[in-house]
Amino acid sequence: MKGISLNMEIREQVKDFIVNKILIGASDVTLDPDESFLQRGILNSTGILELVGFLEEHFKLTCKDEDITPENLDSLNAVSAYVQRKLSPQ
Amino acid sequence: MELTETNLKLDPEVEKSRICTFIRDRVVRTLKKTGAVVAVSGGIDSSTTAALCVQALGADHVLGLMLPERDSDPDSLTYGKLLIEHLGIAYETVNIAPILEAMGCYRYRNEAIGELFPHYTADYKFKIVLTPQGPRHGPRLNFYSVVIESPSGVQEKKRLPFRNYLLLVAATNMKQRIRKSVEYFHADRLNYAVAGTPNYLEYDQGFFVKIGDGAADLKPIAHLYKTQVYEMARFLDLPKALLDRKPTTDTYSLQQSQEEFYFQLPLRTLDLVMYGMDEGFDTAAISRATGIPPEELEWHMNDIRQKRATTTPLHLPPLTLIPASRTHHRGAQ
Repeated sequence: MKGISLNMEIREQVKDFIVNKILIGASDVTLDPDESFLQRGILNSTGILELVGFLEEHFKLTCKDEDITPENLDSLNAVSAYVQRKLSPQ
Repeated sequence: MELTETNLKLDPEVEKSRICTFIRDRVVRTLKKTGAVVAVSGGIDSSTTAALCVQALGADHVLGLMLPERDSDPDSLTYGKLLIEHLGIAYETVNIAPILEAMGCYRYRNEAIGELFPHYTADYKFKIVLTPQGPRHGPRLNFYSVVIESPSGVQEKKRLPFRNYLLLVAATNMKQRIRKSVEYFHADRLNYAVAGTPNYLEYDQGFFVKIGDGAADLKPIAHLYKTQVYEMARFLDLPKALLDRKPTTDTYSLQQSQEEFYFQLPLRTLDLVMYGMDEGFDTAAISRATGIPPEELEWHMNDIRQKRATTTPLHLPPLTLIPASRTHHRGAQ
């Protein structure tokens, strides 16, 4: 239960970053948690790089080069699962 | 029909004639100019463009410009001069390094790299390489890494974080924009047009700087695949040394191929993949033609589509709210 709520919290923070920073507060955009940022045209490769910068700074984690894949970064759910994995003790 | 390299073959005589008619017609009738300025890098694209302008307008109506800066390969000047002498055209050489220095190009560049490598100094060389991540068969994301090389030849590589990436790109783009400013100075003083030199791969995939090398009055070879540019260059009898030179970005101090900077595939292969996609061949046919397994090919095709989409804004004119009804008189003449 704790894991699920942490996941949702991360997802909201990422969503907040995308809506307010990338989309400059666009109120008319709905983000399906599983929808591809790239295919939807919300992020391009530069946007992904900005997202990585946000994750590293905001969640105090280090994204390795090999982590920068669509599986980890190309939807709200993918990002929150990735961040949760990075934050959980090994 | 099977896809092969033969599909890319030109009838060079017919194509040369078509391009020359285009250049003459656009320069004289549409643009009302009396010649063309071509920035000559010593590469195959600018050499072919300059040669076609000479064929279309005459050598007395073409100015070649060589625009080196601190990171330019000295060979570029040698090859540029070779072409200029071969064509018998007037030329100017403008070293743009002092302008770039005054604008902070090198300082901003060093700042962007120095944050990642504190020991980086001006005597290091560097380049930027596109670094695709993930398996060759799976979905991947592209990002750029910077590679530095110490004076003793030791290389180090790191991913460029967002802010450093933007700063480094912005600093580097100054080079193309200053070059274009110099080109337009000479075009204005001579009442000439500026001929841009991209081939189709560069044009389509957005491999140019907006208001930099992307700016021009006409782009005579923007429809030619890279192999077709070589075919045209051979037909125009350009010096062999120019034909044999390996394509380079000539933007960074370390030697860098266009493949590692941007395109991900050897240019001959990319020609075939893009031609296949453009002409509606299916993946199986493109796979047979290139020898790339279908799953890996899918990734390359997605990469091509993604670059096309990502760079669409580079092609756009300034966006306005002026209704089309008020601008129809500015359509192609």
